[in-house]
Amino acid sequence: MSIPQDGWWVLGGLFAALVIGSVVGFVLHLLAPGSTAVENINARIKGWWAIIVLVGGAGVVGSGAVIILFGFISLFALREFITVTRTGRADHAALFASFFLVIPAQYALIWADWYGLFTIFIPVYAFLILPILAMRSEDSKNFLTRTAETQWGLLISVYCVSYVPALLTLRIPQYEGRSILLLAFLIIVVQSSDILQFICGKLFGRHLIAPAVSPSKTVEGFVGGVLLATLLGAAMWRITPFNPLQAAGMSLVITLMGFLGGLVMSAIKRDRQVKDWGRLVEGHGGVLDRLDSICVSAPIFFHLTRYLFVP
Amino acid sequence: MLERVVSTSITTGAWLLTGVHPRWSGSAPSETQRIYFANHTSHMDFVLLWSALPARLRQRARPVAAREYWSRGAVRRYMIHRVFRGVVVDRIVDRLESPIAPMVDALDEGDSLILFPEGTRGPGGSELLPFKAGIFHVAKARPNVELVPVWMENSHRVMPKGAVLPIPLLCSVTFGAGIHLYSGEDKAAFLGRLRAALLGLRRES
Repeated sequence: MSIPQDGWWVLGGLFAALVIGSVVGFVLHLLAPGSTAVENINARIKGWWAIIVLVGGAGVVGSGAVIILFGFISLFALREFITVTRTGRADHAALFASFFLVIPAQYALIWADWYGLFTIFIPVYAFLILPILAMRSEDSKNFLTRTAETQWGLLISVYCVSYVPALLTLRIPQYEGRSILLLAFLIIVVQSSDILQFICGKLFGRHLIAPAVSPSKTVEGFVGGVLLATLLGAAMWRITPFNPLQAAGMSLVITLMGFLGGLVMSAIKRDRQVKDWGRLVEGHGGVLDRLDSICVSAPIFFHLTRYLFVP
Repeated sequence: MLERVVSTSITTGAWLLTGVHPRWSGSAPSETQRIYFANHTSHMDFVLLWSALPARLRQRARPVAAREYWSRGAVRRYMIHRVFRGVVVDRIVDRLESPIAPMVDALDEGDSLILFPEGTRGPGGSELLPFKAGIFHVAKARPNVELVPVWMENSHRVMPKGAVLPIPLLCSVTFGAGIHLYSGEDKAAFLGRLRAALLGLRRES
């Protein structure tokens, strides 16, 4: 057993919340059969079950399991991202290297706890070497677009996602052996912000916040979701190395980054004319649809925590 | 036994690589004897379509494969005969024997066929190469067999021509409404209809 005592309380709390959520979802389904909003809620609850079982299970097994799990999440996320890009035959070698060399290397560096390299491996080495591989195919059509798309795919799906398990490498005084809870804190705050935004938006949403980018995000949902998730984060201060005020501040930063990052990802989807990332799998969103806000908040959360709390 | 293991690893591998998700649009999975015909852009197509079928249909859906490719080497021969139970045909037509005979035999045994009427891998995207006449002759020989169009999306990007190893990308396999040969319909009209059905699915996927 590699998770601390209060880790079991967190897991138990999430489990209870999900049971309640599933019951409410089922009742809503009976009251309003066929409603897309209700179907959407139930799909999210199912997604949450998967997240809790996988991340919680990996957390119980140990940090190696968490790193491997996020490595696979990166693989699936990058697969979704590259699917909607204009990359093609000329990028085959660069993409093959992205999937089968860059992803394992990035997670191996996190496993090895090599901070100096895992923070620059993708932005320096991968970003400079992959275009060389693509250039060798001698196809310059859309070269800049294709290169940028490959790099953004790696940045979001691999580099940013890998910061979630990287939290396990932080050595915070008086917090030894408890960093898995920091990971739980990040995921719970960001995901509950997503859910609370959705609920507040459905209940009170009147004014679209960025109509050209997202057809569903409202000012009311944004304010309600961010405030409530910040309160929730503050209430969870006991499982973090922060005091309640610091926990609230961190929660505010990561929910804001998560929200804005989600809008950036929506802009990319709009640009590529897809409704959700897993467009090819009927009826389900993709990994990136659940992950988009975590991608953007994880590196910021990691570095803020490191600068402020790791001596 | 070994065939079972190999075929499960292939379908699992296809899923890991492409998340292959069948979409039935205009027809439903059924034991009805069929000829599934699809656009062909990659060596992956064959495996993707085969994996997209429900297991019970997959056992009786036999891919039509070119002898010149699949007879090279013991592994390929094992795969095509034992795992895929392919119907091996000669691409270089031997004037003495009708090239469609093995396909008609397979239909007479009650099996379904998986066929790529372009005969070879096309450029991908919206373009289809001209269809070979074989599918018309098979349909004419066994006019009761239903022809189901299957559009394969994205597989040419998973493994483009010339690539040795595949990359993971989401692919979709869309099954359309069944088609029959009208009595008296000529080759050009029939092949035109098949082509239109495939391109119609492309717009949907």
